[in-house]
Amino acid sequence: MQTVEAASLEVSGVELAFGSNKVLRGVDLVVPAGQTACVIGPSGSGKSTLLRAINRLLEPDAGDVKLGGESVLRGDADVLRRRIGMVFQHFNLFPHKSVLDNITLPLRKIKKLDAEAAQAAARAQLELVGLAHKAGARPGNLSGGQQQRVAIARALAMQPEVMLFDEATSALDPELVKGVLALMADLAEAGMTMVVVTHEMGFAREVADQVAFMDHGVVVESGVPEQIFDAADSPRLRQFLSQVL
Amino acid sequence: MDIWSTLSDTFLDWESMKAVLPEMLKVGLVNTLILAAASVVLGTLLGMIVAVLALSSKRWLRWPAKIYTDIFRGLPAILTILLIGQGLSPITRHWWGPNPYPLGVLALSLIAAAYIGEIFRSGIQSVEKGQLEAARALGFSYTSGMRLVVIPQGVRRVLPALVNQFIALVKESSLVYFLGLLASQRELFRIGQDAAATNGNLSPLLLAGIFYLVITVPLTHLVNHFDKRLREGRPVESEDIELKELAHANR
Repeated sequence: MQTVEAASLEVSGVELAFGSNKVLRGVDLVVPAGQTACVIGPSGSGKSTLLRAINRLLEPDAGDVKLGGESVLRGDADVLRRRIGMVFQHFNLFPHKSVLDNITLPLRKIKKLDAEAAQAAARAQLELVGLAHKAGARPGNLSGGQQQRVAIARALAMQPEVMLFDEATSALDPELVKGVLALMADLAEAGMTMVVVTHEMGFAREVADQVAFMDHGVVVESGVPEQIFDAADSPRLRQFLSQVL
Repeated sequence: MDIWSTLSDTFLDWESMKAVLPEMLKVGLVNTLILAAASVVLGTLLGMIVAVLALSSKRWLRWPAKIYTDIFRGLPAILTILLIGQGLSPITRHWWGPNPYPLGVLALSLIAAAYIGEIFRSGIQSVEKGQLEAARALGFSYTSGMRLVVIPQGVRRVLPALVNQFIALVKESSLVYFLGLLASQRELFRIGQDAAATNGNLSPLLLAGIFYLVITVPLTHLVNHFDKRLREGRPVESEDIELKELAHANR
């Protein structure tokens, strides 16, 4: 698996509130190019909101996000999002389009590829996730694991510099989780910059270069997996780990 | 008094039916279809605009759509048709003379757009938020995300309700007769009514009713077909794909 030039990602002091509810209260996270950061933490800690602040699906109220050293907060958010792939908990494939068309649609409309080039690129990407034979199927006729692999292929086809994963395996039946995690591990191995919000501690331990623990809208502690899982500093992290491990 | 013969004189006078049949076909049916089709097209276009405005995040776009919908859904159709058909004719006679036909189509379309707008709005709103989010995450603008991803799914979900609205339009097209049509502009109902008055029995109206059913009953079956497909997906097609894949895998 190969990726385009992966970029570094730097989140500093990001704050974001829904009305009076402060969901992010100054988040810092640095992911060097080609590395994988796993974000763990209890639900409601702001993990998913952080991902959406990075690609500006939600606009941060304060702080900065730098992609490849340049702030993403200036300029067109639509253009920014072409450089950042995102994978969702509920896949969010377009159910009215075939698997192939799910991937070609953004290639044709956004990257302005002609139909033939878009199809070739889409098929190549489906090949990589092992689903070339499902090109003509509707998403509804695929298993959850297959749908999520298509969603990953759709994001990768846009040749992003960073990939964001929002609990990508949380909605999957247990037996389907492995295949998706293996694909994500391959992608990390290939040198993609990734931010992975996950409850899969095994994945975080094995694949992540860095694990960040979030609680109440801040990164409480971050470090290499060994430090986080075996030598946690903060009592909140230790308490969290005792509940999930 | 023989009830049966009274009823049959009133409703089953074959001679008067036969006499009016050619006109019913060549003039009445054609005009009903033109009135209905023109207002279906115009009403659907207007309805889509109303729906998109009603879903806007900007209040000054949402409000006109809401007021429009309240007014045209809240008035009796006949009142709207008379107000527009007669009220605007002093203005439009400069363009196409005292012809009530285009104003009839306009009135029917404006009424239909209020209902169709609501149908589209509810369909579009029923599409999961994640769909627009995924489209935007790929780099689509709000407008293209709505146009390419959200609206097509929303429209599909409300096809049955939309066809029901088309059926209503076919029936409501009869109301333009109040505007006073030329002989060549008369639709099914008017022709049936005129012939009924001439013959002194209701058989021509019964014939007109049969023509309405010929148009609307197939449409109701179309509704059922869409409904079924929405509930069950397209099983035949997906089986096809599975079979092809099996064949592919075995090769």
